[in-house]
Amino acid sequence: MTAPVRVPVPADLSDRLAIPEPLVRLEGVAKTYTARRGAGAVTALEDINLAVPRGRVLGVIGRSGAGKSTLIRLVNGLERPSRGRVIVGGAEISALSEPALRQERRGIGMIFQHFNLLSARTAAGNVALPLEVAGYERSAIRARVAELLDLVGLTPQADRYPAELSGGQKQRVGIARALATNPKVLLSDEATSALDPETTRSILDLLGRINRELGLTILLITHEMAVIRAIAHGVAVLDGGRIAESGDVFEVFTRPQAAITRTFLDEETGRTLPPALAARLTPGLAPGEGRQAVLRITFRGPHATDPVLAQLARDAGIPAGILSGTVDEIAGRPFGTLVVGIASDPGTVERAKDFLAARGLDVEVLGTLDLAGWQRTAAPRATDLTHVA
Amino acid sequence: MSPELLRLLVQATLDTLRMVAVAASLGTLIGLPLGVFLATSGRGELLAAPWLNRVLGLVVNATRSTPFIILVVAIIPFTRLIAGTSIGTSAATVPLTVAATPFIARLVEGAVREVDGGLVEAARAFGASPLQIVLKVLIPEALPGIVLGLTLAVVSLIGFSAMVGAVGGGGLGDLGIRYGYQRFMPEMMLAVVVVLIVLVQLVQTLGDRLARRMNKRLRHG
Repeated sequence: MTAPVRVPVPADLSDRLAIPEPLVRLEGVAKTYTARRGAGAVTALEDINLAVPRGRVLGVIGRSGAGKSTLIRLVNGLERPSRGRVIVGGAEISALSEPALRQERRGIGMIFQHFNLLSARTAAGNVALPLEVAGYERSAIRARVAELLDLVGLTPQADRYPAELSGGQKQRVGIARALATNPKVLLSDEATSALDPETTRSILDLLGRINRELGLTILLITHEMAVIRAIAHGVAVLDGGRIAESGDVFEVFTRPQAAITRTFLDEETGRTLPPALAARLTPGLAPGEGRQAVLRITFRGPHATDPVLAQLARDAGIPAGILSGTVDEIAGRPFGTLVVGIASDPGTVERAKDFLAARGLDVEVLGTLDLAGWQRTAAPRATDLTHVA
Repeated sequence: MSPELLRLLVQATLDTLRMVAVAASLGTLIGLPLGVFLATSGRGELLAAPWLNRVLGLVVNATRSTPFIILVVAIIPFTRLIAGTSIGTSAATVPLTVAATPFIARLVEGAVREVDGGLVEAARAFGASPLQIVLKVLIPEALPGIVLGLTLAVVSLIGFSAMVGAVGGGGLGDLGIRYGYQRFMPEMMLAVVVVLIVLVQLVQTLGDRLARRMNKRLRHG
């Protein structure tokens, strides 16, 4: 079966069943670049299986060189897979001829890290380009461009050239251009990586709004956990050309399985200890004078606001000191981590773990902390404090 | 300067302008598409035709490596075929065009190669065909560079046109050699040089201004 097959599903039926049928599917995809002059072939992607349900936002996160750029370019056929199939909305992208592919690409918008706007065209001119290419009438183009510029909030800048726009405004033009031909899917290639945090925030808000209000399916690649957390429903962690882990953003973020996912989380969510504490932490339990067992408690969903430390002290008789903590929101659900120190004898630690686990919290023993030593050396040295501040 | 000599100077200036204008126009007509093709037909590029690319590249290089005065003489049979004669101002535009075309092609190629590859990728991503990419992305984006290249080509052509006196081509260069040098009339030589300087200045200023107006990468205002 090589021809693209479209199975018509009545809109009302699929709505009623509410099954998020995947709009984008990658099945057993591999991409190998054959190097020239006898040098070995380079494998960019291996055994990729991925599905983006209709109307959802899937984020693919990975370090540079993990294969993200190749992966996203397979979806609109800018790259062709060496093995496997790429299917978008029923059309098998990986099997289409170049002219047929051009037609399909009008249903797949793409935005870029460096915006890729034409310097010789105004904001409005850039947004008009895909419409001109698709052969729209001049009057239809004018109306659609005005509508799109309004959507991204750039109506006053319509006649400005890209050189006269800020980074965030340029990306808004990029988004308007990508949406011009009413695509089913939006591909975002590190769209916020060249922007400052505040602008990143506003662009992500815009993408989230477009996803909710227009029901647009989004596949984005990024190297920043914050981007995934802000707008993605699902996440796939790409490492060395393979998917190390994937699933619901909340699940993956709160119960990471792969080591690579943990490193991303540690950088971003402040789950690591302050350096001064981390330096005095030894793995495993070592009971003794002035020592504390260090536990990491993860609060998920409904438990995020429970007063567990008070309960732990009152009901189990185990007082706990807070070493670090964050409360956050992932995919709209509350999530917190608390690193606490308790008495380091094995019996107390076991009781505390059981008590917390019984309340639906994830508990992890990080090690033993020699707190006495820390307090003695740290307190009198005012110079250290200026560094901390 | 006597009215007779002044008349000669005006005629020579007009001859030069005509030769340069015709050669630059025809050279652009052929050189622009040729340059765009050279820039986009390499292996794995938009209009990939590596074999044709290499052949055209060779022809362009061969023409460009021949000194102009030798080219003028070497292609006399071709000139006669096109212009019907190998002598005179009209005939002289043939070698000028032959020299200008590959020069313009290389300048256009350079300007087109300067266009950010990300723009081509973006255009492919929204479904543009290779021809649409050339017409709507590459040429408009390369236009300031192309205009600067054409300016350079016109300035060079003004210089080249001085050599076609060797085949009775007329024009300012011919006037300078025959009157200024061979008849020992330094004032004619000076007049020719002044007119050439003014012409080149004018062309360069115009080209620069046009290119700057087209370049929207700079902030204006």
